[in-house]
Amino acid sequence: MAYDKFNILKTSAVPLPIENVDTDQIIPARFLKATERKGFGDNLFRDWRYNSDDSPKQDFILNNPIYSGKILVGGKNFGSGSSREHAAWAIYDYGFRCVVSSFFADIFRNNCLNIGVLPVQVSPEFLDKIFQAIEADPNTELEVNLPEQSITIVSTGEQERFDINDYKKENLLNGFDDIDYLLNIKEDIREFAKSRPL
Amino acid sequence: MSTRKTLFDKVWDSHVVKHIENGPDVLFIDRHMVHEVTSPVAFLGLKNRGIRVMHPEKTFATADHNTPTINQHLPVTDPLSANQLKMLEENANEYGISYWGLGHEKNGIVHVVGPEYGITLPGATIVCGDSHTSTHGAFGAIAFGIGTSEVEMVLASQCIMQPKPKSMRININGQLQYGVTPKDVALFIISQLTTSGATGYFVEYAGDVFRNMTMEGRMTVCNLSIEMGARGGMIAPDETTFHYIKDREFTPKDEEWGKAMDYWQTLYTDEGAEFDKELTFDGSQIEPMITYGTNPGMGMSISNDIPNADAVQGGVASYKKSLQYMNFDEGDTMIGKPIDFVFLGSCTNGRIEDFRAFASIVQGRKKADNVTAWLVPGSHKVEAAIKEEGILDILTEAGFELREPGCSACLAMNDDKVPAGKYAVSTSNRNFEGRQGPGSRTLLASPLVAAAAAVTGKVTDPRELMEKEFA
Ligand code: SF4
Repeated sequence: MAYDKFNILKTSAVPLPIENVDTDQIIPARFLKATERKGFGDNLFRDWRYNSDDSPKQDFILNNPIYSGKILVGGKNFGSGSSREHAAWAIYDYGFRCVVSSFFADIFRNNCLNIGVLPVQVSPEFLDKIFQAIEADPNTELEVNLPEQSITIVSTGEQERFDINDYKKENLLNGFDDIDYLLNIKEDIREFAKSRPL
Repeated sequence: MSTRKTLFDKVWDSHVVKHIENGPDVLFIDRHMVHEVTSPVAFLGLKNRGIRVMHPEKTFATADHNTPTINQHLPVTDPLSANQLKMLEENANEYGISYWGLGHEKNGIVHVVGPEYGITLPGATIVCGDSHTSTHGAFGAIAFGIGTSEVEMVLASQCIMQPKPKSMRININGQLQYGVTPKDVALFIISQLTTSGATGYFVEYAGDVFRNMTMEGRMTVCNLSIEMGARGGMIAPDETTFHYIKDREFTPKDEEWGKAMDYWQTLYTDEGAEFDKELTFDGSQIEPMITYGTNPGMGMSISNDIPNADAVQGGVASYKKSLQYMNFDEGDTMIGKPIDFVFLGSCTNGRIEDFRAFASIVQGRKKADNVTAWLVPGSHKVEAAIKEEGILDILTEAGFELREPGCSACLAMNDDKVPAGKYAVSTSNRNFEGRQGPGSRTLLASPLVAAAAAVTGKVTDPRELMEKEFA
């Protein structure tokens, strides 16, 4: 599915300083029954966000109007567990375009990249600085610059570079997805398939 | 670069259609397994692009994630689940994919039926929109879970774009103690590595502990690779593997078998090949395991005490939050903790060997009154074997009921949900908050530990209920 191009994103951020946030928390299994990619944002972090009677849990960060923005900042090992792309969809659908953490689970990272959410991996020290800056001032802005591969805490100017492979970077900058690429090399694939009769 | 290759390199390299500089490899996929939950949006994508499935004959669909485990002959009552099942059937028909729906004799959990029918083969690349696709690595295949965009990619082009992962070898030698199962070996490894310890790696399991395991046991180990962050895990094929796959429905026959065997016998890591990381553990030190927290890395020997926050790696706050969710304290012993539910099943421990192990403990005993037990075979084939081998009689005699196959309480998308605050000893793979139902509390363990809990109503060291000679 095509998605919006990603270039420079400058916005405030929502902090979630918890480690090992797994995809079952991001979107619980009972919300995976849709057959279209719609409405997942409403159930993002469902069980942390709402009580069983659907009333909002006041102490959960997404229910706190002080925090907003298009960047979600999570603790180490973000997105572990299930391969459900619905987790990335929920994050996108809620309005986030970028997730920052000091460590991402593999499949989650791929899923994000495939739908136009940029995972930015920073050092544990830089992650702490971001959390501290937001704690001191919830309006703290972060600037994520994809062409430069940098993330900056705007108020202090502190900056770190992040990694992304050239291919994925091009895709995100242009809003391309892998299927466009694969369909273009279909003849090569057909040739190859002949050598794999299995 | 050295010409000595790892098992992983051999299989990966032979599937690379194209390498993109500073980017991923285009990897050809031999087998694509599809289920109802992660496929509808992918099929929708194909429709929107107006393209067909490139290789329907390499694609296999089964219904498992949200199916009920009782009264499967009746219409599915939950309208959303019923809709997903209907979509899968329609999509399979439209694109000419073999579909093993509810009630079909071959129906079962995708990672259980794949090997049972010989769809899973050594040296193959296998993907599915489910992270426990790693299970199939037990046969010396490269198998891993993918997201829905990637499902669409494979449907459209039989390829996936992946950067080649780093390699890790985990060696375990030594004689396992009695009462220690493949599940314990896996939970032990995860407890040592944490849930992110193998992120970015593909793991090969080596050593006589794995050599001596049955295929069922190897599948349990490879299944849990994802729980330490690894994309997948694999074990070099050997006589045990070849014996298991011979004469299954989809395995090569006659001349083809001979040719395949010639290739399969080259699938091992060359002497001297290098891994990015190598770890070694002593198998004789592993004990029956149980988890006490909210991720699979929070496990320990069943007779140990829950560690103090300052003794574990990672954040103290996250650790305490986790124990609070479980309503356990640092320093608690798990032995004797009362439990409410027991779940035997899932693609981790829903095979015949697991039911044999469970039955070996409950035989001649009775289910505890305070326990609700869900015994869910991984497939109809497993269900049939349970009946044939007389295991059903043992279970019934002990007060248990057998349900119909499916994922069931592993992810609680159907009605098999553990209520909030209740404890379940579960042979599945994830103890995340709410995994088995909102507010549920999960203790992951082997079928033996599950059986011991089912008959005593509390966490019990299974060795206390076992004959010494049972290993
Ligand atoms: S049993 Fe659990 S882990 Fe296995 S395929 Fe089903 S939901 Fe996934």
